[in-house]
Amino acid sequence: MSKLRAFGAFWYDFVIGDDWLVAVGVVIGLAGTYGLNQAGVTAWWLLPLLLVILLPLSLQRAVSAPLLPRRRRGQRTPPASPHTPPAN
Amino acid sequence: MALFIAVFLACVVEAVEATTIVLAAGTARDWRSAGVGTGAALAVLAVIVAVLGPAVSQIPLRGLRVVVGALLLVFGLQWIRKAILRASGHKALHDEEKLYAEHTAEAAAQQSRHFVLAPDWYGFTLAFKGVLLEGLEVVFIVLTFGANAKNVGLATIAAGCAVVLVAAAGFAIRAPLARVPENTMKFVVGIMLTSFGIFWGGEGAGAHWPGSDAALLVIIPAIALFGIGLTVLLRRTGEAPPSGGVADLRAPAGHGAN
Repeated sequence: MSKLRAFGAFWYDFVIGDDWLVAVGVVIGLAGTYGLNQAGVTAWWLLPLLLVILLPLSLQRAVSAPLLPRRRRGQRTPPASPHTPPAN
Repeated sequence: MALFIAVFLACVVEAVEATTIVLAAGTARDWRSAGVGTGAALAVLAVIVAVLGPAVSQIPLRGLRVVVGALLLVFGLQWIRKAILRASGHKALHDEEKLYAEHTAEAAAQQSRHFVLAPDWYGFTLAFKGVLLEGLEVVFIVLTFGANAKNVGLATIAAGCAVVLVAAAGFAIRAPLARVPENTMKFVVGIMLTSFGIFWGGEGAGAHWPGSDAALLVIIPAIALFGIGLTVLLRRTGEAPPSGGVADLRAPAGHGAN
């Protein structure tokens, strides 16, 4: 049973990797491309658009913080750590 | 002569795509596994051609493209994601080294039992899929062009010349590639895998790319620029970004994980 579980875990890690959202997004993108094509709609743009949405979303999930630090007017955002350089 | 040139040029395109995948798998993962993957794909290809002969054109290439494209896209996005996280200081490099060492030890123990020739299953699979898919396309080109001109022999020679030429060029640039910083190489490989994944996956799902194969010349730099842009944004919230400019995607050596 443990070998079966290890086998499944290996393939999950191999195919799905760190973020299941990426794999699900790719499947949705390919299915959407197929669907649009079947409906007679030009579909080449869907996968690039998906990449533009999926990669930042996955990165944001990884860092658990907004990609662009929010700033209040007149207030400087302090560096996240002593090693972090100023934003600009 | 027109047949030779047409088949040669068409096969050069396919061979460049296959060689790119093999170089990516070999440089970023393991050369031996990439080589074994290439050899295994060529062997499978030879068996397919020998068994099926002209009927090989009946293999559903679109379905194969969807599967290979989807896997390349998932793999490529994982590679870009990790490279960006490392370059922006969001991935704990030392923890990652430790985790990688543990995973490698476990994987080595399992793979040595099941797959002695290729120590890196990931590199083997990447090379295998790339060469098999492109090899099948070369076979299709030879059979369709050759049969149409009633000279399959000349078409086969033209395809052979193209494959040998591109493979030799790929082998020649293998050493300079090894000197590129590791995280930068992983970023580039991620870009290539994602680009080919989008291209093949889209084609397999029925999309028609503007400019056909030439669309890759736009897709690859566009994804690279997007990845660099995300790295810049993430460095604003990173903890220990590596020194250097915007395009500096280096991370300390020793990170073999994807």
